[in-house]
Amino acid sequence: MGQLATPLRPAAGAQRPRFWQAKSFRRRIGELVLQLVLLAIGVSFVLPLYWMVLTSVKPDTQIFVYPPVWWPARFVWSNYPQGLTYVPFFLYMRNTAFYAVLAVMGALFSNPLAAYSFSRITWPGRNAFFIVTIATLMLPYTVTLIPVFVIYRHLGWVNTYLPLVVPTFLGSPFYIFLLRQFMLTIPRELSEAARMDGANELGIYWRIILPLIRPALAAVALFEFIRAWKDFLGPLIYLNSDKLYVVSVGLQQYKQEFTTQWAFLMAASSTATLPIIILFYLTQRTFIQGITLTGIKG
Amino acid sequence: MATVTSVGAGAAQGTRRAARRRRRSLVVGLAFCLPWIIGLLGLHLVPVVLSLYYSFTDYDILQPPKWVGFDNYLSLFRDSVFWGAVENTVIYALMAIPAGVVFAFGLALLLNTKIRGLAIWRTIYFLPNVLPTVAVSIVWLWVFNPLYGPVNWFLDLLGLPGPGWFADEHWGKPGLVLLSLWSVGQTMVIYLAGLQDVPQELYDAADVDGASVWRKTFSVTLPMLTPVIFFNLVLSLIGVFSYFDAPFVITDGLGNPAHSMLFYAMYLYRNAFNLFHMGLASSMAWLQFLITLLVALLIFGTSGRWVYYGGGDEKK
Repeated sequence: MGQLATPLRPAAGAQRPRFWQAKSFRRRIGELVLQLVLLAIGVSFVLPLYWMVLTSVKPDTQIFVYPPVWWPARFVWSNYPQGLTYVPFFLYMRNTAFYAVLAVMGALFSNPLAAYSFSRITWPGRNAFFIVTIATLMLPYTVTLIPVFVIYRHLGWVNTYLPLVVPTFLGSPFYIFLLRQFMLTIPRELSEAARMDGANELGIYWRIILPLIRPALAAVALFEFIRAWKDFLGPLIYLNSDKLYVVSVGLQQYKQEFTTQWAFLMAASSTATLPIIILFYLTQRTFIQGITLTGIKG
Repeated sequence: MATVTSVGAGAAQGTRRAARRRRRSLVVGLAFCLPWIIGLLGLHLVPVVLSLYYSFTDYDILQPPKWVGFDNYLSLFRDSVFWGAVENTVIYALMAIPAGVVFAFGLALLLNTKIRGLAIWRTIYFLPNVLPTVAVSIVWLWVFNPLYGPVNWFLDLLGLPGPGWFADEHWGKPGLVLLSLWSVGQTMVIYLAGLQDVPQELYDAADVDGASVWRKTFSVTLPMLTPVIFFNLVLSLIGVFSYFDAPFVITDGLGNPAHSMLFYAMYLYRNAFNLFHMGLASSMAWLQFLITLLVALLIFGTSGRWVYYGGGDEKK
């Protein structure tokens, strides 16, 4: 706020400015107001999460009451074991982790390869092909949803993880774009020097480029992990046996069947959310840099 | 003479070598792209064409598709539920997209001041964006519970009547808009990065002219950010017709009360995977595709009038 005060303000003559006219005082008030606004918004952002955790440890008698209770009379930790065994929730968590890890592996396999081809090898038709790649970003997923389902059904892959995992090994235009942007910033001379030394493209890719783009790879891995963890429509369509369910579909089923068991539902929701909150807390820097990289260059 | 021929031969050899190198780089380039080429063809291009074909057929997956011409499209135009879903989606878009731009931009402006604790606020505002949608939607339903939720309690404190939210056909969509505003963190971070790219000289020049804070926001910051806002606007317009997860979870896929939260993609899903009207659903998908294209062209067409592509770099 301070640097916004006009520097051309004439000196206030011989009279000393009163304390509320002093620059430092006004700046402090400005900062205070701003902090209060940020705090108010922050509270409303955290409140739903607080409400989720709070409900998950409340006794039943404090859930359906008005006015709402902001601190439980006693902590009912047993909501967790009960809520999480009502349905095989830990199995769902394991399935989700399995799906997310495979998806990350797929994304790290396919996308850097394509990005390397688009940024560091000059071949005829490359730019046109890249434009087609970017254009698929504009394609609504609903247009491909049904034919892709039909294809997987013909392959006999419905009710397996293959329709969820295999596509990640075939690349995604968003990640290709992100990694290409990053690879373009690496000086060409590095590759040229390696070529002089007799390295082939695969060697340059593996030994020079990949180590240099590690921050971008980390961003892709994170984005993909979160995407897979959040993925709802894919598992909803392709997984139809209880044993294979992931957390998103499991939670939705749970909600449909036990719509008034709010303590259990919130215990399950907290459990599904907590790993992501921890992951985000530990990796937020990578996250925000990754988003910045794609958002601006767009 | 002898020298001339040898030079000619050398050039021919050179072009031959260049051609070989080009062919080689083509092979290597395509090899690196191979997974994506398979993905592009198998999961994008071929399905798009197939989906157009299905949209002209009666197809229930078990029997092979039967050609019916424009029947699917015609029956959609006569289907009041379809028009209801279109209307819901458009109303939601008209509320959520402008509100999202304004809110994300406002948050980014607040965080772009040299304030203490910036990183903490940014983390808090961004967090909802990464949380699992299903869990978040369930939590939302509970926070907005008309009788026992904290939101209506707060409104009560202010002396306002609390609406029925997701139990009321008029208040479901505003509730979803609030959910979308809660998850606005990603856009905010993008805007924030854009704000930090605005050259300081522009503000200094405005200061010399004695511009107020508001004046600087509307005459410097906002114009400089229009390319970023534009990019986001295009993406959210494409996204809104695919809006699915939150309303599906909140309404158990039904879109009730009174179909007020039955959105376009939800009706498409119902046709495809509950009723197995794959042909009809495909024609919905293609209509969506055409609408999206039209809207995108429309914004691109008008962008010259309001998007500022001056680029700070040229001026430096």
